[in-house]
Amino acid sequence: MARFQPGDRVKVIAAEMATHHRTPSYIKGRVGRVHALSGLWPNPETLAYGADGKPERDLYLVAFDMKDLWGERFDGPAGDVLLVDVYEQWLEAAEASADGGKA
Amino acid sequence: MSTHTHQGHDHAHDGHEHEGMLEDVELSERARRVLAMEELLAEKGVIGASEVQRLIDFQGARSPVDGARVVARAWTDPDYKRRLLADPEAALLELGYPLVGSAKLAVLENTDAVHHLVVCTLCSCYPTSLLGLPPDWYKSFAYRSRAVVDPRGVMREFGLDVGDGVEVRVVDSTADLRYLVLPQRPTGTEGMSEDELIALVTRDSMVGVGVALAPVA
Repeated sequence: MARFQPGDRVKVIAAEMATHHRTPSYIKGRVGRVHALSGLWPNPETLAYGADGKPERDLYLVAFDMKDLWGERFDGPAGDVLLVDVYEQWLEAAEASADGGKA
Repeated sequence: MSTHTHQGHDHAHDGHEHEGMLEDVELSERARRVLAMEELLAEKGVIGASEVQRLIDFQGARSPVDGARVVARAWTDPDYKRRLLADPEAALLELGYPLVGSAKLAVLENTDAVHHLVVCTLCSCYPTSLLGLPPDWYKSFAYRSRAVVDPRGVMREFGLDVGDGVEVRVVDSTADLRYLVLPQRPTGTEGMSEDELIALVTRDSMVGVGVALAPVA
């Protein structure tokens, strides 16, 4: 059962990890919202080292507001978003309050 | 004995040659490393001796024309488009395109309101099962780092100016889903056949840095 549903606000865990993982550093610690559920997948963090990737993890397409994410570096219109595949173990529930995604 | 030098390991070679390798080509350090790894994986039985070549052949057999066939079918057959968006793998199989490996495919539909652009910031994930090998720029550090920060600027450099009234969605393909953009059907193509439409679907339009070509008047 997937822990999050479309529309849920989620925060990407800001963990350092020296081994293989698929969470880009530029979204670590940032708040987005679940755009879509992409199903269960083998965990690449163990799969990369010869294991079977079990248990499988829910994968989410998480939307980040471009302005929130990049601040003044982004000069496009409000409403543009970045969608990133994020595995469930990298997500935690975020408060519904607007914190600009920088919390 | 093979003609290239190995650095970093000294296992015995069994006098085999790499098929088709040119003796006068100086291999880069990275190319030598890849060949050494491939040999080791084959020696240890992790991969079959011909497995890598089989995959290269498979990918070489695919090109953006294959993706264009899928797009043109979706443009001309609303039921097919529905199936393509709901179950891309099955819809591709209908046209004779099996996916290889563990990766699956997702289709992103561009509309009057939304334009999708695909990038892989971590490496160079690309729907090779359908489109063949990615272009070099897709793998470049410049594209991968800039597409997520300045997508509209990057698209302008490709000749595409997306209006402010259209929401741009950049998709960073970091997992095992491969993304295919379903571009909009150009206006003025109402009477065109599927074959004529195929010629309008560019590789760039299926990555999102471009749109489908306008028909020649």
